[in-house]
Amino acid sequence: MDETVAEFIKRTILKIPMNELITILKAWDFLSENQLQTINFRQRKESLVQHLVRLCEEKHASLNDAALLDIIYTQFHQHQKIWDVFQMSKGPVTVSFRETEENAVWIRIAWGTQYTKPNQYKPTYVVYYSQTPYAFTSSSRLRRNAPLLGQALTVASKHHQIVKMDLRSRYLDSLKAIVFKQYNQIFETHNSTTPLQERNLGLDINMDSRIIHENIAEKERVQQITQETFGDYPQPRLEFAQYKLETKFKSDLNGSILAEREEPLRCLIKFSSPHLLEALKSLAPAGIADAPLSPLLTCIPNKRMNYFKIRDK
Amino acid sequence: MSVLRPLDKLPSLNTATILLVGTEDALLQQLVDSMLKEDCTSELKVHLAKSLPLPSSVNPPRIDLIVFVVNLHSKYSLQNTEESLHHVDASFFLGKVCFLATGAGRESHCSIHQHTVVKLVHTYQSPLLYCDLEVPCSWVPTSLSLLTWLAQGLSEWPGSQASAALTDG
Repeated sequence: MDETVAEFIKRTILKIPMNELITILKAWDFLSENQLQTINFRQRKESLVQHLVRLCEEKHASLNDAALLDIIYTQFHQHQKIWDVFQMSKGPVTVSFRETEENAVWIRIAWGTQYTKPNQYKPTYVVYYSQTPYAFTSSSRLRRNAPLLGQALTVASKHHQIVKMDLRSRYLDSLKAIVFKQYNQIFETHNSTTPLQERNLGLDINMDSRIIHENIAEKERVQQITQETFGDYPQPRLEFAQYKLETKFKSDLNGSILAEREEPLRCLIKFSSPHLLEALKSLAPAGIADAPLSPLLTCIPNKRMNYFKIRDK
Repeated sequence: MSVLRPLDKLPSLNTATILLVGTEDALLQQLVDSMLKEDCTSELKVHLAKSLPLPSSVNPPRIDLIVFVVNLHSKYSLQNTEESLHHVDASFFLGKVCFLATGAGRESHCSIHQHTVVKLVHTYQSPLLYCDLEVPCSWVPTSLSLLTWLAQGLSEWPGSQASAALTDG
């Protein structure tokens, strides 16, 4: 018998009050009559429990047997748990499927309740990639169906758990590219041996000799860093990045009012753009920000997130 | 210390040089193109720098006018200007420096108070010009103003030929 199972049985039996022991053991119906007769109920509980565990071992008790004992104990001590009440109903649902070439299944779900027919004008869409643990769902205004949908997907795809990633966008292709880490494989044949100066420095060098650019070296540095960070390929398309910050004021001065606040300070910063990552990529070359950019911005495709929660450590 | 000094070099015959200091290439480039178009004499040279000190501090060019371009939409731009100002010799501020503040027209995009720039400009006793470099029709009047200042600054140095050349255009 496994050590953990033995320990589990031992602890369960220890919980049982002496005056209930026989009743519960009989209800369990695992130990034989003969075995039960060998029990000396006058000895100290510890020795009694050890004896019982040995008897269980003789009979090769499994985890399932131990779990059953736990059920019986709980049935006898129901008041030790707090119980919630759930009401289930059978809501009608319209489900439709369509497969596409890249192993993607498009699932359309129209939701109804026990009192109403499915609402065909507010369906939820799920795009599930069958060779992967990923599903993409369209945001539904009918939020109460989300847990149910999650469960259904998990069970249908033979997984155990489903988690919503902090990643969201209008552009399904871009989300795919980020999630499957395919966004940097587009230009496989790109010629990266072109010297930096000739490649898109953003200024025409062979022009007017009356203009002298003093910061060519700096521009090259920025270009280099930008290329290292963002690569040569087109960026996946996202429309925003959101950062939730929660922090407390710290102060070296004693009696600083702000530092004494119990409630943390919360703020939310949202960056929006028709094409956020391309915009971020062009910040330093355009002279709007210094290179390198904050890793909080540049980590977005790599971390597969565009919603961030930043808390004090 | 790498500081730009006005008298490091003698003025060259019939040439005037402007140094534009600003973080956003796109804006500066429009201004430069406009200035060179307005100046027909090809006596004008323009240096574009993101910040000071200049990398060519070993052999710095002679500069007749420094124009600091501050984009009111960008704190980074102001910060860059403030840091660059430390690398300019005090004697430059006798008429050879001016400030250009762009973007005041779109108030909702401004992250710098105009008051901040005005205070800065007063500290350095230099003129300030407001413009909107994102709007094409402002390029010509802005560049004409700069060229006028350049001519004024040059005319304070006796024997300078360049100012005469500029005003012929």
